[in-house]
Amino acid sequence: MTKVTMTINGKAVSGEVEGRTLLSSFLREDLHLTGTHIGCDTSQCGACVVHVDGKAVKSCTMFAAEANGATVATIEGQANEDGSLNVIQAAFQEHHGLQCGFCTPGMVMSAAALLKDNPKPSVSEVREYLEGNICRCTGYHNIVKAIMAASGQDVSAIAAE
Amino acid sequence: MPKDGGIGAPTRRREDVRFLTGTGQYCDDMNMFGQTAAVFARSTVANGVIKSIDTTAAAAMPGVLAIFTGEDFVDVGGNPAGWLINSRDGEPMKEPKRPVLAHGKVRHVGDAYAAVIAETVEQAKDAVEAIEVDIEELPAIVNMKDALSSTNYVHDEIGTNQCFDWGWIEDNRAATDAAIKGAHHVTTLELVNNRLVPNAMEPRCSMAQYNRANDEYTLHTTSQNPHLTRLLISAFVLGIPENKLTVIAPDVGGGFGSKIYHYGEEALVLAAAKKLGRPVKWTADRTEAFLTDAHGRDHVTKIELALDEEGNFLAFRTETLANVGAYLSNFATATPTFLHGTLMAGNYTVPNVYVNVKAVFTNTAPVDAYRGAGRPEATFSLERVIDKAAREIGMDPIALRRKNFIKPDQYPFASAAGLEYDSGNYDALMDQMEKVADVAGFEARRKESEKKGKLRGFGVNAYIEACGIAPSNLVGVLGSRVGLYDAATVRVNATGNLSVMVGAHSHGQGHETAFPQVVAEMLGIDPQSIDIVHGDTSKIPFGMGTYGSRSLAVCGSAVVRATEKIINKAKKIAAHMLEASDGDIELKDGVFSVAGTDKSVTFGEVALKAYIPHEFPLEDIEPGLEETAFYDPANFTYPSGAYCCEVEVDPDTGKVTVESMTAVDDFGNVINPMIVTGQVHGGLGQGIGQALLENTTYDENGQLLSASYMDYVMPRADDVPFYGVDHSKGTACTHNPLGVKGCGEAGAIGSPPTVVNAVIDALQSGGKNVTHIDMPMTPHRVWSAMQNV
Repeated sequence: MTKVTMTINGKAVSGEVEGRTLLSSFLREDLHLTGTHIGCDTSQCGACVVHVDGKAVKSCTMFAAEANGATVATIEGQANEDGSLNVIQAAFQEHHGLQCGFCTPGMVMSAAALLKDNPKPSVSEVREYLEGNICRCTGYHNIVKAIMAASGQDVSAIAAE
Repeated sequence: MPKDGGIGAPTRRREDVRFLTGTGQYCDDMNMFGQTAAVFARSTVANGVIKSIDTTAAAAMPGVLAIFTGEDFVDVGGNPAGWLINSRDGEPMKEPKRPVLAHGKVRHVGDAYAAVIAETVEQAKDAVEAIEVDIEELPAIVNMKDALSSTNYVHDEIGTNQCFDWGWIEDNRAATDAAIKGAHHVTTLELVNNRLVPNAMEPRCSMAQYNRANDEYTLHTTSQNPHLTRLLISAFVLGIPENKLTVIAPDVGGGFGSKIYHYGEEALVLAAAKKLGRPVKWTADRTEAFLTDAHGRDHVTKIELALDEEGNFLAFRTETLANVGAYLSNFATATPTFLHGTLMAGNYTVPNVYVNVKAVFTNTAPVDAYRGAGRPEATFSLERVIDKAAREIGMDPIALRRKNFIKPDQYPFASAAGLEYDSGNYDALMDQMEKVADVAGFEARRKESEKKGKLRGFGVNAYIEACGIAPSNLVGVLGSRVGLYDAATVRVNATGNLSVMVGAHSHGQGHETAFPQVVAEMLGIDPQSIDIVHGDTSKIPFGMGTYGSRSLAVCGSAVVRATEKIINKAKKIAAHMLEASDGDIELKDGVFSVAGTDKSVTFGEVALKAYIPHEFPLEDIEPGLEETAFYDPANFTYPSGAYCCEVEVDPDTGKVTVESMTAVDDFGNVINPMIVTGQVHGGLGQGIGQALLENTTYDENGQLLSASYMDYVMPRADDVPFYGVDHSKGTACTHNPLGVKGCGEAGAIGSPPTVVNAVIDALQSGGKNVTHIDMPMTPHRVWSAMQNV
């Protein structure tokens, strides 16, 4: 067992992990941050995306020990300080960008990483960026629309409800 | 009517907040004190005799608490088929036992033959590796045609690989044969409806607790219908009395059919929890999901369409082999029969239809209902052969469909496949589709594509489905072993807010938002004062769950009936409070008033009076304000639609891109248009996936080659376009109180043939005489089709 320490959603945390413990397992099982979901075992689905030192990472692809000393952000820390939905979260609700909600945390975290690097992406840039996030419910239409809206771009031309 | 949030409002979903903040509670997010972990030992061969299982070494591994094998469950029941199908000769279908754990033989890769319970998942996984199993591998039965002629059986005790040989409608067979024999033109098409894996993003998970003090069990599980799961476990598998078993389906991350069914893992964790006296949890990984979730589709069909000189349809005749896999899943026998053959008249006045389906056991995962369930297979066969016929007789594909459409003045219409359609207007849908998709502008867009060196194609489709599953009396006659009503309880609390307990289960459909819209509209109160309770058998009277686009049409109708009872009782209470007669009380905007006077009481005052019944006419009215209704529909509902899409094909690579996809649907009345549109989007994405990307592939040894997201191609954001969705031309359902038809499956039903028709059109426009390509239309398949002509 190895001791790891990291900052998660602004709070310092530490724990004992096995060498094989994945970051996703550490978040879910040890810290009870169950908003990070596990949808596959091949790092394809993206339901487990978190930010490690500001970069989007599939937390099932990283050992907890590798994140020692890192700053980690998860879906639980995304809302505004007053608890209200942040711009991306609010856009997902406004544009019905989620249904069952299982892929949603990963989608929101990926969207946040995209908009940080590329504040005004084109539709095709959004679609390409989301290649690592699978959604089975929405057909992606409203996810793409929500991210475009969250970037402050006009989405009125994208087919309405 | 409430200012916002009543019927027809695109109310934003209240459930979104928890999903967007990571505070949803899916099964695997929950842990119990003293919890243990179950991991299954699964067969690596498709067909084999279990010679021995030695668990000695595994049992001695660290943390191991118990090991179960098939031997432990020989005395309990099997997981049953929910629908009895009789063959054409009157013989009942073959129903081999589906045990909790494989016993004697393993019958597909992934078939579980043992389970280890340990303190941690890791310890259980390690111990599974230490189980010494001797399985004598037998040749695998994979191909359906071979299976029917083979003497190598998936189930030796039934002496055949044919489950049934079903004819629909047998009395129509001679007339159909004669119509085809004498027809001016007959179009024939052989096609494959490719096998799919539903792939809800949340893998299955089941967690059981046992309370020895009162002999009660609680099962948290990823289910679309917890009451049905409880019924199956109680009545057929473990025999736990229903009053001792609570089944809870909390937040569930998608289903698409795969979470309708009871699975052996649920029974295992219940039995293990009792044996150990500790909670037992199992969570599937994605590979297990691929290997063991019920798959969908997998039909091989020959369809014939007979036409007269003018293009009138005279008959459809089909022969289908339907794969049911190694064991009968709960709805496996209904899906290729009554959810498929009964739709084989489509939207058309065709007088003769005959459908033959042979269901075949193979050494593959069980196959059952997946989004659309039988109806996509029917639509695909019909709409592909119609398109081919249009080309053969030189008629426009839209014109040929319109010529044969049932007309609005023909309802109720008795279809040649045995259903009575209650309402619809297919020409109006086609008109709207042509307008929304700018079909007139297609030729100009084709020229633009040609300038880029691409072949552009236009494809069209008209579909009908039978939803709102289902009238119990009718399905009982047809072989269903369950009723398909639903139930709701409306509880008005003393302080005027409401809890509405519903038998439907929401796993993405937004019931928590849409159902309150209905109740709020009826009572004239704020929808935010109404909460939906679902997914817990201890809180809800009963329910048959969510599938077959039934939640609003069936359970929503139960909500309406229960709310009507609330209004009736509340009016009596109001009449007493206002010293008037019941008949003079009017309800408007949440206020009860005496007609023609200014005397009134609010809904909240009535609720309070019901629970604080001072000066109450107890001889006439009971205290309290809570009502339950069970609703059993009079008929199926019949959503329909006109879809089109445009594709570009790269002639050098065979790569297909969907440039546009338009869905114009008749869902009847719409409660929340935002949610309805989202449901269609999702179905379209899955339909495009089936048409272009997804395929479940077993090799000749029964090994699943597409058992991960590395190999099974799920649609990604850059595989699909923005969709055009329109449901403005609905015709109300005539037999349920909301006039609704159901919208959950439409997109997945209407889109696959649309895409295929468009690709064929593109290739034909490029001078390639290609008349059919099987799905998924991968670049390789499309390119190969172009080279062979």
